Amino acid sequence: MKRFGKLVIFLVMVAMLSTACATATPAAPAESAGPFRVAVVTPSAINDLAFSQSIYDAMVKIQGEMGEANFQFVLSDGMFVVDDAAAAIRDYASQGYNLVIAHGSQYGAALQEIAPDFPNVSFAWGTAGDTFGIPNVFAYEAFSQEGGYVNGVLAAALNESGTIGVVGPVEVGDAKLYVDGFVAGVKATNPDITVNVNYIGSFGDVALASEAAQTHIGAGADVMTGSAQMVVGAVGVAKEKGVLWFGTQADQTSLAPEIVVACQIYDWAVVVRDIISLIQEGTLGGKAYAVSLQNEGLKMIYNPGFNLPADVKALGDAATKGIIDGTVTIGVGGK
Amino acid sequence: MLADLFTGSVLIGLLASGIRLATPYLYAAIGETFGQRSGVLNLGVDGIMLMGAFSAFYVVFKTGDLVGGVLLAMLVGLLMGLAMAFISVTLNAEQGISGIGVYLFGLGMSDLLFQKLINNVQTVSGFPVAPIPFLSEIPVIGQIFFTHNVLVYGAYLLVPIAWFVLNKTTLGLKIKAVGENPEAADTLGVSVAKIRYLTVSMGGLLSGVAGASLSIALLNVFQFNLTNGLGFIAIALVYFGGWRPTWVLMGSLIFSFVNALQIWVQVVGIPIPSDIAVMTPYILTIVVLVISAQRVRPPSALSKTYERLE
Repeated sequence: MKRFGKLVIFLVMVAMLSTACATATPAAPAESAGPFRVAVVTPSAINDLAFSQSIYDAMVKIQGEMGEANFQFVLSDGMFVVDDAAAAIRDYASQGYNLVIAHGSQYGAALQEIAPDFPNVSFAWGTAGDTFGIPNVFAYEAFSQEGGYVNGVLAAALNESGTIGVVGPVEVGDAKLYVDGFVAGVKATNPDITVNVNYIGSFGDVALASEAAQTHIGAGADVMTGSAQMVVGAVGVAKEKGVLWFGTQADQTSLAPEIVVACQIYDWAVVVRDIISLIQEGTLGGKAYAVSLQNEGLKMIYNPGFNLPADVKALGDAATKGIIDGTVTIGVGGK
Repeated sequence: MLADLFTGSVLIGLLASGIRLATPYLYAAIGETFGQRSGVLNLGVDGIMLMGAFSAFYVVFKTGDLVGGVLLAMLVGLLMGLAMAFISVTLNAEQGISGIGVYLFGLGMSDLLFQKLINNVQTVSGFPVAPIPFLSEIPVIGQIFFTHNVLVYGAYLLVPIAWFVLNKTTLGLKIKAVGENPEAADTLGVSVAKIRYLTVSMGGLLSGVAGASLSIALLNVFQFNLTNGLGFIAIALVYFGGWRPTWVLMGSLIFSFVNALQIWVQVVGIPIPSDIAVMTPYILTIVVLVISAQRVRPPSALSKTYERLE
């Protein structure tokens, strides 16, 4: 019993310490005429060159468009513990932010609990397609299979060994869509290529991602891709071994300019802009968004330092165009 | 496809992969073994690793000096170990809580320094693979054991050294005495505080190297929470290894080989759900070590503070 007591004290302390870190922003009274205020909670660092970076970049972009006087945002990043994130979300909501963004599909259950307690605050979460039927919740997701498909087409055209490797995180959400889209793109271009896919079971285990990349290269891969913030480990290995890399979520070119060919980037600004205008009109939620190549929430970025043959780039452009006008069927996630 | 799995070159690749993966666990777990044998449970390992990883990465990023990177990681690890010793030995604080404090400090501070000093994810050229002359030319064995970077070799050298210190030296005897019965050790003139300071700061130093082995030898990159809880698995390996360096080695190897194997199984497309595959290293390690180490009991004074009766 004494041990149990100690454990409880210890857990409470951990919880207190971590929430103390999460709520660094001072409270400010909400004013209707003041700037539009957004709080964002992300599971990894905002400079992860992946998922969390994508929402940070969108915030910076919108602030640039609307001006600092009209748009302010705060961010709690590194909230990989869902309970800490939930505490932060609740805190921000009670501080009178106009919009609280829970940027992670793992935050859904927490949001479902918190949102009804703050009917005047608008919440958004993703990647997900479900607003839970709660009137002040928006949801957003990414048709990441689209850029996955384009990357797959390019990868198949550049592949020489007959084997391509994919390092996935956990078999869910936009990561799974991306991987499935990538495989579809490769197969549509050259059905003889073997695409080896593994999921390491974590969004953060850089060491395992690195070892997975070594294994893919050992199995003959000369082109690789992967999704989520732990892929930096795989990109490091690819760089060292001179294997080509295709990125997603954010522009990963800076990590290895020699071997990154192209990246699909998420531009959530498309979604956030619309949410802001809806909130300003008085609608606090109820809409689910999806970014796609068509609405320019997804974009293909080519590494200008990589010498991509013109005919290969033409294949990629054709795939992009085909997806936008609907002539290319990916066969993944209803696309 | 199952036949593919057991060809020679695949097995060699798998085993070499397991050897690499075990490296950070070994540094951290051997260091923690010393601390726990002397009665101090340091839950801050992961935080110290993160600080070590960042320090080493920063030196290499700025100067390219690999040895300097390892030395700074050692120094930072040592200082954090000393801080842990000060809190838990001198101030007699509850060890579990102070360890978590050290962890959270390392997690936050390494990220703060990273944001302020580097600010985006970068790669560096870390320790290159350095095949050991002659030994690396032995068929099969050479490729598995002797074709790695220096920090990998160091981790495995540490095991016999730790075994020797614990079992064959007076210092080892003192460490164990302090961990089993601090009152008796104290009566015989062994300074409990000195021994615990020594083991915990050495454990910190080795955790620092564990971090460096990730950031400048195996991954050559740093980002927020790079270790991803690896230090906590190292602590678990100390328990499952029954506080003996050789069994800690065994546990680290089982865990790492099975991890390498599950990656391979997925890569070659053997249809096992990925969720099941990624669970196997944890389950198998626990099963094997629980069966093999069930008669071992922890050091009697583990996680208990010691106050002299004056």
